[in-house]
Amino acid sequence: MSVVPETTQTEVIFPKIKPPLHQNQAVIEASRCLFCHDAPCIQACPTSIDIPMFIRQIMTHNTAGAAKTIFTQNIMGRACAYVCPTEVLCEGACVYNDLNEKPIDIGRLQGFATDAAIANNWQFFEANDQTETPLNKKVAIIGGGPSGLACAHELTRLGVKAVVFEASEHAGGLNTYGVAPYKYGNNDSIAEVAYLQQIGFEIQTHTRVISQDSPQDKSFSGKTISIEALDAEYDAIFIGAGLGKSKRLGLPGEHFQNIHGAAEFIYTVRKLGPANVSIGQKVLVIGAGNTAIDASVQSAKLGAEVMLVYRRTQQDQSAYYFEVELARLNGVQFKYQASPVEVLGTSEGLVSGVRFVKNQLGAPDSLGKQSMEPVAGSEFDLPCDTVIFATGQEKLVEFYRNIAHLELENGKIKVNDCYQTHNPKYFAGGDCVNGGKEVVNAVAHGRDAARGIAQYLKSSISARTVSHV
Amino acid sequence: MSKSVSSKNQASQSLQTNFAGIEAPNPFWLASAPPTNTGYQVANAFRAGWGGAVWKTLGRPIVNVSSRYSAVSYKNNRMMGLNNIELITDRPLDVNLAEMKAVKAEFPHHALIASLMFETEAEWHDCIRRCEDIGVDGFELNFGCPHGMCERGMGSAVGQNPDVAEKITGWAKAVATKPVIVKLTPNITDIRVAGLAAQRGGADAVSLINTINSVTGINLDTWEPNPSVNGYSTHGGYCGPAVKPIALNMVAELAKDPAFKIPISGIGGIETWQDAAEFFLMGASSVQVCTAVMHYGFRIVEEMISGLESYLDQHQLSHYSALTGQAVQRFTQWQNLDLNHKVIAHINPETCIGCQVCYSACEDGAHQSIALLANSRVPQIKEESCVGCNLCSLVCPVDDCITMVPIERGLEKVTWLDHPANPHRKVMV
Repeated sequence: MSVVPETTQTEVIFPKIKPPLHQNQAVIEASRCLFCHDAPCIQACPTSIDIPMFIRQIMTHNTAGAAKTIFTQNIMGRACAYVCPTEVLCEGACVYNDLNEKPIDIGRLQGFATDAAIANNWQFFEANDQTETPLNKKVAIIGGGPSGLACAHELTRLGVKAVVFEASEHAGGLNTYGVAPYKYGNNDSIAEVAYLQQIGFEIQTHTRVISQDSPQDKSFSGKTISIEALDAEYDAIFIGAGLGKSKRLGLPGEHFQNIHGAAEFIYTVRKLGPANVSIGQKVLVIGAGNTAIDASVQSAKLGAEVMLVYRRTQQDQSAYYFEVELARLNGVQFKYQASPVEVLGTSEGLVSGVRFVKNQLGAPDSLGKQSMEPVAGSEFDLPCDTVIFATGQEKLVEFYRNIAHLELENGKIKVNDCYQTHNPKYFAGGDCVNGGKEVVNAVAHGRDAARGIAQYLKSSISARTVSHV
Repeated sequence: MSKSVSSKNQASQSLQTNFAGIEAPNPFWLASAPPTNTGYQVANAFRAGWGGAVWKTLGRPIVNVSSRYSAVSYKNNRMMGLNNIELITDRPLDVNLAEMKAVKAEFPHHALIASLMFETEAEWHDCIRRCEDIGVDGFELNFGCPHGMCERGMGSAVGQNPDVAEKITGWAKAVATKPVIVKLTPNITDIRVAGLAAQRGGADAVSLINTINSVTGINLDTWEPNPSVNGYSTHGGYCGPAVKPIALNMVAELAKDPAFKIPISGIGGIETWQDAAEFFLMGASSVQVCTAVMHYGFRIVEEMISGLESYLDQHQLSHYSALTGQAVQRFTQWQNLDLNHKVIAHINPETCIGCQVCYSACEDGAHQSIALLANSRVPQIKEESCVGCNLCSLVCPVDDCITMVPIERGLEKVTWLDHPANPHRKVMV
């Protein structure tokens, strides 16, 4: 089944929270930029985009120049324009905040320039444009998400042949299957991938990289290729595999129907389109990270009454303040200091509620973080017809075990400052290295890993002392 | 001193104007330009609160082009400067005179000035007499229009030739019983020559500046200069906020000339009460406005009146004329400035937002006297090398964050005239 193209219905259910700027708006907004020296917004950007420069280019109607400035640092600058938490990155660093003045709308300005670039297919880079002589080498990239695509694009510029292996129908990773559709749509992501790919790297979609020893997954209808085969055929390998399935808590009753992992729920909404997803009337979301917010808001926009329950306090939630605000604006209720102890169900096997126990603050640990202690006898039930677990995603530890010398730390692949793993032929970046951060972090990893790979292929680096990223 | 809130229709004594014998309820007049093209407009302007109006210049029939205006925008600020290639009135003299008569009848206490531009002495005399017959309060001789009319020997062609300007002023004065104002062109080297010529011709006052020769820009798609008239253009007259500094200088140049003794009506980029107050302080005793009205309409005069009134109240001045010329005495030649006076920039770390625009400006554009610190976004002034140029304080986006602090060095004032470095200094005996 392929990703459903966006319809007007999608736009009605999930209208963009950052709608595109038109030329006049963009110039007005760009005119506000102070053109700071050594600008804090650049420092706050994980890909160090020269933000004041591209804004100045927008101001002077040099939209193509602006797009080139952005893509020079971040080839996925269009996705990042819309999915980055700009409020805590570039826009959060804008000096206007210190004047209690609205920061420059950097995300939407970046969207303005990069939308134009993709719509008009302005290509600024070409294969081998960063090398004297192309290397006669091939690199396999596991995962067609932001880190893999950024790596493939940069490798191509560096004169290295790159082949991306992507298990899903489309590349783009979370941009296609995981970010909130009111931020960045399927069409947006697919068009972006096509735009990037014109530089000339290959993407083999619907192709899963497995170990030759791993059991066959009969539910997967695509092709498989073994890591051992890749190892034999390619000169280096970049792992940008992201994360695995949503974690479950192992509670009694998790077998009832209408219990979803947040990542899988969002994947389904994106894959089928919101009009083809039925959500219950009353949804409980467990967890308070940004994925919990995404799942909550999407459920609410689909018409459900949503309550988000978190075991710790409001101050402890990892969701950004502006994401929490978005959820509240969409009617999501928040309940803190309650842990689920059991999922309740009907005799027909449907989920009917969750039993929680209240938590109280306990003694602080060595870092000063107070523990959560269940209050005896404080159990209470919240009725629902759908439960979404947003309590983190598993790491692909089983898969990594098949790669010799790969070292992990808490399931995350350890790399050095060139994104090289303990196995010198293998590099890694994105969520599988940092445990799950932003698209922009993954792009930075992929880009910089490509440079590391090129050095490795020129034998200028070998196995390095691994420092944790 | 009036503490009452004055409405636009309520005459305020503090603004009551007598400019070269012309009475008006306030010194805010409309300049001779598109806003004073018709009786309909001038009557609306007077209703809105304008104290006077100089009617769009009367003269022989002309024909206008389309388009006529072009502008300079700065970032998102539209029409920082406006350029026009429109000529004098394109309506018959009889129509203009009839409308002027009707306006004067409806607004007997407002100043209605006829702006004139003719070639022959007989034409000047004839029109002045006809204007006096319908009751105008004064005349303004248009010696300033820098486009079109000057090619026919009028407008700035007159203003640029002091002898001709003096002669034509004399023609007008020979028959006019009402005051005669001469409007000066800025498209000359020394405004004082033109002003003194008008004075010699008998002018009762001058007004300045008319518009400045200009090309506002080129269409980068078609390579046509703006404004385009079927693919071609010509230089126009520049006005609006961008020209205010040029106008202020020219007004003050005349005001500080001891030989120049007649009143000045200030024109050039005036849009707010502050602009007007600055022209008064530099020697004007009334002001004329055009571009701001072309941009925002007649209503802006409300702000100008209320702003100037409250400014006068704050400074305990009973009449705006107390401002006229007060800054002129402080407007001197460079050689009279104190070379021993020293100011140094000071950055307030509490209000600094860390944009470091001051650093870029000083480092690349001035005197390399701002340092960046490793652990702070707040730049640091290198006091030992700061020359006190003001640039950092000018680029700082935060009000009053960078101030220029005088340094007391205990040195006597010394000017270039008696500075040891001056080889031509007067040696004190």
